[in-house]
Amino acid sequence: MRLVAFLAAHRAEFVALLLQHIVLVGVSTTAAIALGVPIGVLAARRPRLGAPVVWIANVVQTIPSLAMFGFLLPLPFVGGLGARVAIVVLVLYALLPIIRTTVAGVRGVDRVLVEAASALGMTPRQLLWQVELPLALPSMVAGIRVAAVIGVGTATIAAAVGAGGLGEYIFRGLSMVEPTVILAGAVPAALLALTVDGALLLAERALRAGRSRAPALAVAAAMLLGMAGVAVVPLLRAGARGDVVRVGSKNFTEQILLGEIVAQRLERVTGLTVERRLNLGGTFICDRALRSGDIDVYVEYTGTADTAVFKNPVNTDPATVLERVRQRYADGGLTLLPPLGFENTFAILVRADDARRLGLTTIEDVARLSTSWQAGFGYEFLQRADGYPGLSQKYGLQFAGPPKAMDLSLIYRALSQRQVDLIAGDATSGLIQAYDLAMLQDSRHYFPPYDAVPVARRAMLLRHPAAREALEGLAGRITIADMRRMNHAVDAERQDPAAVARDFLAQLERNRPSKG
Amino acid sequence: MRGVHLARGRAGAVLRGLDLEIATGETLALVGRSGAGKSTLLKLINGLIVPDRGSVIVEGRDTRDWNPFALRRRIGYVLQEIGLFPHMSVARNVGVVPRLLRWDAARTTARVAEMLTLVGLPPETYADRSALELSGGQRQRVGVARALAADPPILLMDEPFGALDPVTRAELHREFRRIQSAMRKTVVIVTHDMAEAFALAGRVGVLDEGVIAQIDAPRELAKSTDARVRPLLEPLFEARAFMP
Repeated sequence: MRLVAFLAAHRAEFVALLLQHIVLVGVSTTAAIALGVPIGVLAARRPRLGAPVVWIANVVQTIPSLAMFGFLLPLPFVGGLGARVAIVVLVLYALLPIIRTTVAGVRGVDRVLVEAASALGMTPRQLLWQVELPLALPSMVAGIRVAAVIGVGTATIAAAVGAGGLGEYIFRGLSMVEPTVILAGAVPAALLALTVDGALLLAERALRAGRSRAPALAVAAAMLLGMAGVAVVPLLRAGARGDVVRVGSKNFTEQILLGEIVAQRLERVTGLTVERRLNLGGTFICDRALRSGDIDVYVEYTGTADTAVFKNPVNTDPATVLERVRQRYADGGLTLLPPLGFENTFAILVRADDARRLGLTTIEDVARLSTSWQAGFGYEFLQRADGYPGLSQKYGLQFAGPPKAMDLSLIYRALSQRQVDLIAGDATSGLIQAYDLAMLQDSRHYFPPYDAVPVARRAMLLRHPAAREALEGLAGRITIADMRRMNHAVDAERQDPAAVARDFLAQLERNRPSKG
Repeated sequence: MRGVHLARGRAGAVLRGLDLEIATGETLALVGRSGAGKSTLLKLINGLIVPDRGSVIVEGRDTRDWNPFALRRRIGYVLQEIGLFPHMSVARNVGVVPRLLRWDAARTTARVAEMLTLVGLPPETYADRSALELSGGQRQRVGVARALAADPPILLMDEPFGALDPVTRAELHREFRRIQSAMRKTVVIVTHDMAEAFALAGRVGVLDEGVIAQIDAPRELAKSTDARVRPLLEPLFEARAFMP
């Protein structure tokens, strides 16, 4: 019932995401048909040529979809954020079932019919169009059905690269630890998959029963609609290209809030059209998106930029880090705006009752206990130079086993449910309070400064001076207390990030600091 | 048409320097054991196979020089398995070759109706049926109608009635003679059944080891003393021996 209430409250957004999802699947499936059927026909007629193609399609199918997105993002033309890369990935997944069933369908045509058609004087092309393809059609529709259903599922992951679709709710729900929001994406996606499956199954059955050509026409009409989608979407995108500012964010609550704050600030102060590409995969995806122009601005943390983006050796002096990050961004045509006022350092967290019972206040205190403890870290933290490898060295941490790699959205809950005993989270996380966790002091100053600071494309700022002014107006206006409160409002009180951001900005404008 | 000339030699030595002349308007039956090369010979005539050596002349032109598709559209072809297209109605099956020849729709429709009537399937009952709904005998009638639809001067029939029960087969034999007396096509029928050959053809050729062992009118052939021909005649005499 909460699901129904949520969907009713977010009706417009839900419809938009659902349509995006359908367009993603429709366009990619149509493209896969246009590619896969000729490949399948070729493979059926020239097995020596076709076998390697089918083999490649097979291999592609085994690549996990998230890995595929990561693999394609940096490539020119196909890469970049948004619908394009998502459609490329979806097409790759849809190809195999379509190729396979086309091959099976064409090869499955009775030899006698092929001989009869040849003897009657059909050319190979007439044989293909008048005999082989019509007889292979039911089999091909079965393949299209499989492809479309896989597409509906895989398209949820497309939200990670900013392509939108119902996956937005799933990722948003995961980062908010809000089952209702997850279900708002998952349930409609499942229903959509069932609908697509059912509709195409009916078409397939009608075709197998033979005779009437009406179902075949219906299928053709569906394909045409998909085609129309292909034509319309780029037009819409092209139309939107001009004076839109795109705001990005990473995939956790605070980032979504900051993305909303930046987006709404721009909307309120400048009146520019703002497109939100929130909930992108992580630091690397956001950075790449910013450099490729898929987004114009997002909020980064100085230490993350310094070590993770620019691969500098760890430095713990805030001013030094800020200055060299600003310089490196400037080299890439990007502008570092003034810091927002709070720092989100890594927080080494334990359960508050453990901290009390064992008297833990600093990370040093853990070193003596850690051999019997299990740790859990996000994927990025495990990899980064300023993450786990350096931390364990600095404090001599030795855990019972290799740390568990888990998604940021699940890590706090894993700690509170005693699946792990120590995690690295965000210092500003609202879940610290929600799950009654304790943050250990970084007594040896291992972690670099992590001041939150917007990074924007210089070109956008030059085109829209008002946008620069609006973002500079946020300088020093968000305290760590503000951030924890907002995170808590979203994570623990289940409030809508957009609404929390709106309230915050309204309050900010009431307490406008005196100029000068 | 001046008659079909011969094929000489072929891969795997199915036909070994075979000579054969077929006159316009005659009905020739080719009889032989399975694997004697009977079907191969038909495929040589409509250009599905080209001889390794020697040549096949159709209407005065070597099959190598014909556009193969134009040649095949001038030659009706009836298969033992019939090969009706299951995704087409009876009418569309019969109309395949006229459509390939780009006849206009009205002419095709009229011709299809004429052909269905000719083979004893009233078009108003059968035209819109699926090929899958027909009995074996009806399917073979449609097969014949399809082969004749574009009014080809030549008709090739590969074991056309082999899969039918004896009663239906006898009925179709009568139908065939009726149709042939009206149409006067050049017909080549391949069969392993000497009785069928005698019932349908003006001349019967016995194919053995890739050559024509003997070719003659049925009456003459029945008197043959050739060791390659006698075994094929035996069943006929045996059947007669049991008649009162």
